[in-house]
Amino acid sequence: MAGVSPDTIKTEVRKLDGVVPEAVVKGLEGSLLRVGKERAITREQLGEIIKGVNQAYVNAMVEPGEAVGTVAAQSIGEPGTQMTLRTFHYAGVAELNVTLGLPRLIEIVDARRVPSAALMTIYLKEKYAKSKEKAREFAQKIEMTTVEDVVLQTEMDLINIVFVLTLDRSRMQRRELTPSKVVSTIKGALKVDALIDGYKLRIKPTTQSLSELRRLASKIRALPLHGVKGINRVVVKMEDNEYVVYTEGSNLSEILAMPEVDQTRTSTNNVHEIEAVLGVEAARNAIIDEARKTLDEQGLDVDVRHIMLAADMMTASGTVKQMGRHGVSGGKASVLARASFEITTKHLLEACVHGESDRLDGIIENVIAGQPIPLGTGSVELAMRREGESGRK
Amino acid sequence: MIMMHIPKLIDRMDFGLMSPEEIRKISVTKVVTADTYDEDGYPIERGLMDSRLGVIDPGLKCRTCGARSGDCPGHFGHIELARPVIHVGYVDAIYNCLRATCRKCGRILLSESKLEEYLKRIKEMREVGWKWWGMTNEIVKSASTTEKCPYCEEKQAALKLEKPTGFVESKNRLTPSDVRERLERITNEDAMLLGINSKIARPEWMILTALPIPSVTVRPSITLESGARSEDDLTHKIVDIIRINQRLSENIEAGAPHLIVEDLWELLQYHVTTYFDNGVSGIPPARHRSGRVLRTLAQRLRGKEGRFRGNLSGKRVDFSARTVISPDPNISINEIGVPEYIARILSIPVRATKHNIEDLRNLVRRGPDIYPGANCLISSDGKRYDLRYADCEELAKTLEPGFIVERHMMNGGILLFNRQPSLHRMSIMAHEVKVLPGRTFRLNLSVCPPYNADFDGDEMNVHAPQREEAQAEARILMRVQEQILSPRFGGPIIGGIQDHITGAYLLTRKGTLLTREQSQQLLATAGVFASLPKPAVKEKGVEYWAGKQVFSMLLPRGLNLTFKAKICENCTRCKKEECEIDAYVVIRDGQLLRGVMDARSYKALDRCEVLDRIVKDYGTTAAREFLDRVTKLSIAAAVMFGFTTSIDDEDIPPEAKERISEVLDDAREKVNKLIEVYNAGELEPFPGRSLRETLEMRIMEVLAESRDRTGEIAEKYLGLDNPAVIMARTGARGSMLNLTQMTACVGQQSVRGERLSRGYRGRTLPHFKSGNLGAEARGFVSSSYKDGLKPLEFFFHAMGGREGLVDTAVRTAQSGYMQRRLINALQDLRVENDGTVRDDRGAVVQFVYGEDGVDPARSDNGKAVNVEKIIERVVGG
Repeated sequence: MAGVSPDTIKTEVRKLDGVVPEAVVKGLEGSLLRVGKERAITREQLGEIIKGVNQAYVNAMVEPGEAVGTVAAQSIGEPGTQMTLRTFHYAGVAELNVTLGLPRLIEIVDARRVPSAALMTIYLKEKYAKSKEKAREFAQKIEMTTVEDVVLQTEMDLINIVFVLTLDRSRMQRRELTPSKVVSTIKGALKVDALIDGYKLRIKPTTQSLSELRRLASKIRALPLHGVKGINRVVVKMEDNEYVVYTEGSNLSEILAMPEVDQTRTSTNNVHEIEAVLGVEAARNAIIDEARKTLDEQGLDVDVRHIMLAADMMTASGTVKQMGRHGVSGGKASVLARASFEITTKHLLEACVHGESDRLDGIIENVIAGQPIPLGTGSVELAMRREGESGRK
Repeated sequence: MIMMHIPKLIDRMDFGLMSPEEIRKISVTKVVTADTYDEDGYPIERGLMDSRLGVIDPGLKCRTCGARSGDCPGHFGHIELARPVIHVGYVDAIYNCLRATCRKCGRILLSESKLEEYLKRIKEMREVGWKWWGMTNEIVKSASTTEKCPYCEEKQAALKLEKPTGFVESKNRLTPSDVRERLERITNEDAMLLGINSKIARPEWMILTALPIPSVTVRPSITLESGARSEDDLTHKIVDIIRINQRLSENIEAGAPHLIVEDLWELLQYHVTTYFDNGVSGIPPARHRSGRVLRTLAQRLRGKEGRFRGNLSGKRVDFSARTVISPDPNISINEIGVPEYIARILSIPVRATKHNIEDLRNLVRRGPDIYPGANCLISSDGKRYDLRYADCEELAKTLEPGFIVERHMMNGGILLFNRQPSLHRMSIMAHEVKVLPGRTFRLNLSVCPPYNADFDGDEMNVHAPQREEAQAEARILMRVQEQILSPRFGGPIIGGIQDHITGAYLLTRKGTLLTREQSQQLLATAGVFASLPKPAVKEKGVEYWAGKQVFSMLLPRGLNLTFKAKICENCTRCKKEECEIDAYVVIRDGQLLRGVMDARSYKALDRCEVLDRIVKDYGTTAAREFLDRVTKLSIAAAVMFGFTTSIDDEDIPPEAKERISEVLDDAREKVNKLIEVYNAGELEPFPGRSLRETLEMRIMEVLAESRDRTGEIAEKYLGLDNPAVIMARTGARGSMLNLTQMTACVGQQSVRGERLSRGYRGRTLPHFKSGNLGAEARGFVSSSYKDGLKPLEFFFHAMGGREGLVDTAVRTAQSGYMQRRLINALQDLRVENDGTVRDDRGAVVQFVYGEDGVDPARSDNGKAVNVEKIIERVVGG
């Protein structure tokens, strides 16, 4: 007997749209089409499969009242004990420092402003990604060079109150810089006089004070000459048949604005930067990605749903908030919940002035009061009328 | 008639400040004398222990409520302060009020229009239920920088806060009385702008004129063995306050010089401050006579052992027990072995009905000392009879329906079993009681992984749920078999460990043949009493069954599986059914046709295909039965075939040793060459790395590679017939790396991921020249554990080992705190009836849990539906 046609399969499977998740529909369609090629699937079988999938999905759904938050927290926290503490590990790109393991996970849930090792992964557009030269050129272009990077020697001429810089010819050439360019940068940034003497620069402050000169010297050394601010070290690496640029330090907004960059894939590990440039939803995805990467790298299996929930909680308010007293926990509605977490007395005292009232809707409040908690079987709010009794009097 | 207990629920808790009038109103007595008890040991009237404040001594009656100690909740008293003092907790709030309001007219220093706007916003925020005081800081900042009062044109003097409780206005110290006067002037509306809810708390109430004195139940005195009384820290502090207050009022009345009054006032302020919080910075903490720092009000609440975390969020409970744990492979994973001694003490209340009254009567008759008996009897009118001190025979006769008997824990009862640290929900599971002789809790080895328990002296706790609802919930939701699948990743967390794996491997590997007696014996041990299938081989009239056949007896009918075992060598081209090492597992209709059982099949926390499929397709009961049997069968198999390991498992022939030392010599040579190149300055640095870093990386690379090569050599001489290798390869215990380190070479020791370099200047030990970068000077251990480490190597090994220990200690602390924060942030989330995830405010965090509404514990390793499985079931594999 002939089986149903691929078209029938498609139309039948599509009926599940909106009933079961899209990933399941797609997977089912793919598998059915594949199996359908090998053997005939009758209409009855097709119907049964679709019914089975639907049933399996319903069976796998969460039950109302489930303490998904606690389970998520445990699922992320429990593997923490098994993680390594070694901060720096050479993974992927041997040349760059990456924070991994528990410290990185803590950094993510802490929502630190600046990660201890900022890192960007820059993908290039087709034109540049295939050519080593062009990728290198781009890398060269974005790497930040400060005056210090091209200086061979610095001297302070204390008699004339002059700061003397000797530039390194080879390093200058490699970065396609000229002394005059350096001088114009310095002049543009600071109010100074500068004289060019070959590869020697004599810089004179406007005032005649010694302390001024010292301050000036350190300012000049840190002046950026070239490249993108914040991008400290750049490595080009061949990956999946294309050149990818990895950078230590990150500056998402400026890198994304560059024409060579493939904006759709380029990313940074700084969640706050993503939030500022691309918005909270992007930040939420970044948190999920980063946390998942950290756990996967340690070989720990944690369901994404847990990480998603944590990320959603961190971003639900519209901005990225830390999982701690200055973020999610500190912003709780309940006084008792806040007091039992950290900084007990302050929360209690302030609650009194504000005249707050605790509705006892949360978990910890009810634990404190010695009452059933509103989770699982405790979330059912039912009153039973006993036999022989009439309603409320 | 059955009395029904109608539970009272707390619906809401309001916070607010108490006005001085209110303090006086709730006060049952003014406390005036700083003395506690008279010579006869009775509380002094109007003293600190006045019996109207409540009673703690057993014989006395409370003069306020008439109740005895234990029933009287205690009542507040109060002290009239001779001069007002500032409440330390509110200095910041007071400071805000003072500098944001006019020094003269008391109005808030904001223009009419700004004021209107802020008020409007606050009103809006209150209506939506947001924290309306969120703008306080902004308001205070803008108001305190205003120089001239917009209402009375008064120029505002600079105001400074002198920590902890002083206010200075252009070099004049403001007394608390001055401050109070100013606060009184603030209008209700202005107070709202400053974050003070004037309906509940007036600003001037932050300055105390009357001090409430907590009841004696809050600060009980302890009678020492010598008969002397030792007072609570709070009592000591109140004594100080009363004394100074007394002196202050005497001096004021006597018209003492201003300076003396000021000094005493200051002193009173100090005592009241430390009474509230003895950890305020800027003043010395109040001390006990012995020099110990006093634990006053704030200290009682704060921190891990404080009231909130120590007594309210976590409480001590009755009906619990704790003892050492030990293994028992013969009980089910659902069970727990409870010592009789504990079973006699943990009791369960049972209500007598006409159906059970005879049984209960017997239990009562046996009393508390004969197991199984009962500890207590509660009659219908609620009277308790302790069977330890009563005539059990007589009481048994009085038993009638409606009585409650607190009987001993009995077989089949339900207990919650817990091991700390309770990191996930599987750290507390419900077990069925099995009363056993001995003094330890007994548990099945398969439940070790979820508890993370071993038997090197671990102790665990049990809790006996008392109410029927609690017992039913424990049995249905928390029983071990319901927890086989971890919600973390949707795979089994309970499964075989160690010998369970080796045993199964020995039984199911190729060439295992068993006689009828052997097969029957194994199956009988596992608790399977079915008849054997057709024998696989018949030789010289003797029937033999393959190990796989015996194993298949435990698999459910209809089970179809194909997967690669742990021992799989990941050949480039898989030979599938023809695999030489039998790593390709095929199960059809519950028959193990090909392949061996190892960690991939049913090890806990691993990708255990067989167990995983059984739980998900056949249910938790089937899985429990399978696990109970398969572990027994495996152990029986291991016992039957014999399995042991010792150091001679790591023996390798001399030629192997020679090859290993060649590899190591070679490595040393390579390292030396690298160093030479480096010294000559010819080393090519990695981009972005210094020469030195590059050298280190190259050396580490060379040494790691050589260690691996020595391992490979050793492995060649250690075949799959070697017990140690069997354990490592099947995933039962240990790894090939462990074996390599034992047989061939331990390898590079490291601290912070780098070769060892600390100790002396330029060298690790005085045995080397300064600056020696060679392999052995920087902690490369070329010996194997079996051959033994050279003295220097041993030292280096200890350095590496120490780091590991420190690491573990630091990690537990860090991850513990992270988990506490995660739990605290997420605990209020739950799935609502509409499928959304919401927090305690009812705010939606996710519209559909996890984007697909699937519970990870019921998912197929994270996937919502296993489509392939369903197609296979319908269409056929």
